[in-house]
Amino acid sequence: MATVETRRLTKRFDSGNAVDGIDLSVREGEFLVLVGPSGCGKTTLLRMLAGLETPSSGDVLIGGRVVTWLPPRKRDIAMVFQSYALYPHLTVFGNIAFPMRAAGVARADVATRVQKAASMFGIERLLQRKPRQLSGGERQRVALARAVVRDPVVFLLDEPLSNLDAKLRTSARDELQQFQRRLGTTTVYVTHDQVEAMGLGDRIAVLDHGRIHQLGTPRDVYHDPADTFVATFIGSPPMNLLQNGRMLSGVRPEQLLPRAAFDRDDAIVPFPFTVNRIEYLGADRLVYGTLDAPRADTKVIARLPSMITLPIETGRRYDFAVRERDLKHFDRESGRKLERAA
Amino acid sequence: MSASGERLASALATHAPAPARRRIHPFDDESWLGRILLAPAVVYIVALVGFPFFLAISYSVSDATVGSTTLHFVGFRNYAQIFQDPTFWRSLRNAVVFTGVSQVLVVVLGKILAMAIYADFPGKWIVRFLILLPWVAPISLGSIGWLWIFDPVYSVINWSARALHLFRGGFWPIWLGQPDLAMASIILVDVWRLLPLATVIILAGMSSIPQDIHDAAAVDGAGFWRHLFRINLPLIMPIMLVALLFGIVFTFTDLIVVYVLTRGGPFDSTQVIASYAYFTGVQGGDLATGAAISLFLFPVLVAVAIVFLTIAKRTEVT
Repeated sequence: MATVETRRLTKRFDSGNAVDGIDLSVREGEFLVLVGPSGCGKTTLLRMLAGLETPSSGDVLIGGRVVTWLPPRKRDIAMVFQSYALYPHLTVFGNIAFPMRAAGVARADVATRVQKAASMFGIERLLQRKPRQLSGGERQRVALARAVVRDPVVFLLDEPLSNLDAKLRTSARDELQQFQRRLGTTTVYVTHDQVEAMGLGDRIAVLDHGRIHQLGTPRDVYHDPADTFVATFIGSPPMNLLQNGRMLSGVRPEQLLPRAAFDRDDAIVPFPFTVNRIEYLGADRLVYGTLDAPRADTKVIARLPSMITLPIETGRRYDFAVRERDLKHFDRESGRKLERAA
Repeated sequence: MSASGERLASALATHAPAPARRRIHPFDDESWLGRILLAPAVVYIVALVGFPFFLAISYSVSDATVGSTTLHFVGFRNYAQIFQDPTFWRSLRNAVVFTGVSQVLVVVLGKILAMAIYADFPGKWIVRFLILLPWVAPISLGSIGWLWIFDPVYSVINWSARALHLFRGGFWPIWLGQPDLAMASIILVDVWRLLPLATVIILAGMSSIPQDIHDAAAVDGAGFWRHLFRINLPLIMPIMLVALLFGIVFTFTDLIVVYVLTRGGPFDSTQVIASYAYFTGVQGGDLATGAAISLFLFPVLVAVAIVFLTIAKRTEVT
């Protein structure tokens, strides 16, 4: 277990800065998720933590020790790749044993520790198979077993669930979190999937264009986004943003409800719009609409839980509203969050 | 088929044009097009490989000479004769040494060279181009160049070494005139000639390994040698065997390097099967014995091909 820290970490490529002066501090035993759209620099950042990419400037610290110029093998880390990167010519046993053999662990110890790691992920019966004979989910477990077998101080995970089908991904997410909690090993996890980020992370770092836009708990990031990028990236459908004089006002789709759904003593802001389209999703209805003139080009989305049975038809205007305290305000120029009622 | 399906089928049938009387053009018929496209290759192989091969078999059991117009069957007399011939055994041994040593060097050096130019560096393109040059140069011209390099009087190696004070006093190796040096020299030329192809094949094999595998090995703690011997080499082994197979076939059957540089000399110390067959059959005029000698190339090459293709298949990793 160890802390992971970066100081003004920058990676320049020909096309610009992939990582742009990032200061990040991961606490001991924490599960930190780096999330952002593709090309935001999250994978480059992770690879610099691993030592697979050399920073253009800045430092990486693991357990308080500067490791910027150390090769990956001297950092005491383990990494799981999106492709799992299993060694195709080795058996599952050989794959899991590889890091220990590289570390010069005694032969007898290797066997017992491989067994232990394999039983942790329920893959004991696969030890003699080659990776090509495994399913996607089994490969992912082998990759995890290979990562934990050496007791590294930090786990780095690069979209390890993105090659699994949707159903398997949910259960794998659950297992991944449980096993991280059990081991208590500091973990940095990269994903482009905000649902995965919200579900797994103790804290989430939202990245775009090589910078961290916000670092906080899933609750902070969702309910108190630092800027319009975070507000629209996290949450599906994204936060509605409306021009409101010199600022932008934001409202989450699930907080935009028919007026009748609010208590009489709630301080609400009326929000009438014309419905264009309705998506019925079972548990929810997504209602797409446009505001009244002169802001008819502003599209809004409301998410109605199934408890709200109010019939809604397309083409008609409805009185929606939002609680005043649920409204967020952002500066129109910078996109930064403004403190209340600026 | 359901009722509606049948209706649909009959409707389609009545509206479909009657089966064409016209024959489909052969170029539109895949079975014919395939045959047409394959024909040149088949003709080529039959005329230039199959026919000479059977001709060689028939010569080897006859009394054919360059001047004779009729053939007489003599059974295995020619084979019995070459088994008694110490020069034949010597040629066979030389061919094995020549091929074995040069191919070990080619594979080891090819792997090192491929690793050196696999990395990204400025001018990579021109370096790769230069490395390929010996392969595109005609073998005979390249060998003649080496003939000058190894010249007993003007050898650029000897004069350079003397200028650098590496050769002192009367030390003046005659590269192609001393038995051990002659063998070393033809091996050197063969390595020079085959190294580019092996390098390019190995390079292709290395490029086919996903970067993630290398990254995983680096994170898993593998240093240079462990990475090379446990990850890199096993993964490119099948493709290295292909390079080796090509190298063995090219070297074992090669006549040009030996012919241009040493003519098999001195004292048959560089005589190989191919050159001995040529000198006996064509220059010596004894077609029958020459054919019998040259047929010894065949089983060796078949065995090599089978062994390597089997290993390559077994070690296939994907």
